[in-house]
Amino acid sequence: MDFTFDAQQNQFRDAVRSFLVVEAAPERLREYWETPTGRSAEMRKKITDQGITSLSVPEAYGGLGMGDVDWVQILEQVGYHGIPDSLAEAAYLGVAILNALPDEHEAIKKKWLERMVAGQARLAIGHPINPLVHDAEIADLILLWHNDELHATTPDKVKTTQRDSIDASRRLYEVEWTPSDETRVLTADQAAPIWAEAVDRAALAAAAQLVGLAQCMLDLSIDYAAQRKQFGKPVGSFQAIKHHLANVAVQIEFAAPVVYRAADAVANNHPRRAALVSHAKLATGRAARLSARNGIQSHGAMGYTWEADLQMYMKRAWALDAYWGDSVFHKARVAEFIFADDAPLGPGETFTA
Amino acid sequence: MKLEYTDKQNAFRAEIRGWLDANVPKEPLKSFDTEEGFEQHRQWEKTLFEGRWSAVTWPQALGGRGADLIEWLIFEEEYWRAGAPLRVNQNGVFLLAPTLMEYGTEEQKKKFLPRMASGEDIWAQGWSEPGAGSDMAAIRSTAKVDGDEYVINGQKTWSTRAVYADWLFGLFRCEAGSQRHKGLCFILLPLDTPGITIRPIQQLNGLPGFAEIFFDDVRVPIANRIGGDGDGWSIAMATAGFERGLMLRSPGRFQRTAADLVKLYKKHEDRVAADPAIRDAVMRSWMDAEAYTLATYKTASSLMKGGKIGAEASTNKIFWSELDLLMHETAMSILGARAELLPHVPATSPLDQDLDQWLDAFLFAQAGPIYAGTNEIQRNIIAERMLGLPRA
Repeated sequence: MDFTFDAQQNQFRDAVRSFLVVEAAPERLREYWETPTGRSAEMRKKITDQGITSLSVPEAYGGLGMGDVDWVQILEQVGYHGIPDSLAEAAYLGVAILNALPDEHEAIKKKWLERMVAGQARLAIGHPINPLVHDAEIADLILLWHNDELHATTPDKVKTTQRDSIDASRRLYEVEWTPSDETRVLTADQAAPIWAEAVDRAALAAAAQLVGLAQCMLDLSIDYAAQRKQFGKPVGSFQAIKHHLANVAVQIEFAAPVVYRAADAVANNHPRRAALVSHAKLATGRAARLSARNGIQSHGAMGYTWEADLQMYMKRAWALDAYWGDSVFHKARVAEFIFADDAPLGPGETFTA
Repeated sequence: MKLEYTDKQNAFRAEIRGWLDANVPKEPLKSFDTEEGFEQHRQWEKTLFEGRWSAVTWPQALGGRGADLIEWLIFEEEYWRAGAPLRVNQNGVFLLAPTLMEYGTEEQKKKFLPRMASGEDIWAQGWSEPGAGSDMAAIRSTAKVDGDEYVINGQKTWSTRAVYADWLFGLFRCEAGSQRHKGLCFILLPLDTPGITIRPIQQLNGLPGFAEIFFDDVRVPIANRIGGDGDGWSIAMATAGFERGLMLRSPGRFQRTAADLVKLYKKHEDRVAADPAIRDAVMRSWMDAEAYTLATYKTASSLMKGGKIGAEASTNKIFWSELDLLMHETAMSILGARAELLPHVPATSPLDQDLDQWLDAFLFAQAGPIYAGTNEIQRNIIAERMLGLPRA
């Protein structure tokens, strides 16, 4: 039993953090918000150079062959820095779907995984759990669900209608398309388990990002509360503010391990995977929502402005909270587990299969 | 990361499970806040000791098993799973013993630890005073040197288990005129020493779970001081430190309550379904109990690899005490209008069989956010030492 990350995993996390501190500084994010695609080719290139798009591409295709547990702390960093790039969607989730394709689709697999390593592939993924498809118009490849089948298409073959999000770095599209033999990659029988796993992996990715976002908003609030003075003292010296922020720290402290547990469950296809992932999503959503709420309160009127950086991360957190399964979806899955007749609950059952 | 137990860990679990199956009393013991119940629990500590289960983390030579933190978690999980009696000597085994092992002399360890492990000496704690609660550094009780003895005068209060316990550990001002954290000594003394008056305090449930203690020229050997002259504060802080922060409340306790709550809910679901908030609270209870378990495993793994934890230990106290409240409030909601009822023989309703387990624990849950440092104090610690916010 060892519930720690290894040195290499921590080093990778630290390297990604150092990279994003510079490349995804808040003033850069604001610039990207203003661009038509909301994306920066330059940033994606740098992300590729860092090896992040190759992380879970198998070594045979030029990648690093890493897994969900390796990813989870990186996804936290991606969340923390609120990058305007659907990296989790493409390099984590999309690659995992491609990895799962059976051998007869070797050509597709090879083409797109190698392009991913080269930083030449944006993937968009459409699943009915989300009403809209992220990046559908700017993607190089769109993977779509249709009655549990897996279809692949490109933006020129579908009709997209952009819907603006309050988070200006999210680019969401209604996608109208017609499934055909030409677009179908896998039948429902083949694709159903891949989609089920993809939903869990995507929810895990959102959960990990929510932990990062919660921490980011907490750090911004600590900085603000230590600087801002009223009654001749930093407002952060007052207990009312301290306790708001301490409560956030408590939620983060007890949400992160749930995410790590879920990452291990996804990696090992644990029988309780669905409930563990949903738990992670619910716990991190709660932590991030509290961090946003107590963060804005600690910022006072500044927190309600466009000028304060807090807004960018709050909006991302609110969006991710309902992305890849809202609380209704995830609570139903937790309920299904704990209220089952022979549910393994109680002491000693946490790590049983 | 490897979230599987080793063969050795599984064997350890099987061993304790088998022992508990054979030894846990079939009839629940009376509350250890009654004279009869206290002695029953003392006897249980002796039984545990005879099986070498009373202090598993202690070294073999002292009657323990040299268990590491993961094995300790496994022991606790099985303990709570089996519904074994509450630990009347928790103050000793989990709070004082680690302090003694770190700061005590060989002689002190030899004198106190074996009798603690066997339940011959049950320990009470003496921190708070009428004027020193959350502000513990305001302690005024004095220990004045006279020859090779201290002469103790003053008053302690909220002293847990003191009514029936044998020994007390606590902080006393041993340097005349010293202020705050300075000049305090960590002293052990037998509660039957002449000059000690113990006045029981009835708790919410009517039982004397803690007491006021009055000291009137109470003489104890200087040899009963743990650590250096005037080092009491830092030693007391170590007692409240990380390992004790981890060990005060193991996850198994809350997982057991959460699992029982799920059962209670399912049994009464038809009657309470119209209040979806109850179902939501039951789910959150299970999730938070698991989250607490996972966080504890993460901390234990990290400590075993040489990691350290500091102020973030204060997040534990807040999390479990709020979880405990949530679970018991939810149980009370499920039991509805009968939840207020005390046990009655014979039962007058089928609901009665579910009552006694929850009401007393509901009352005790009210104390969680207060004892061992109020949650407000914990939040201050988190804000200042973990988040780096400026001191007031």
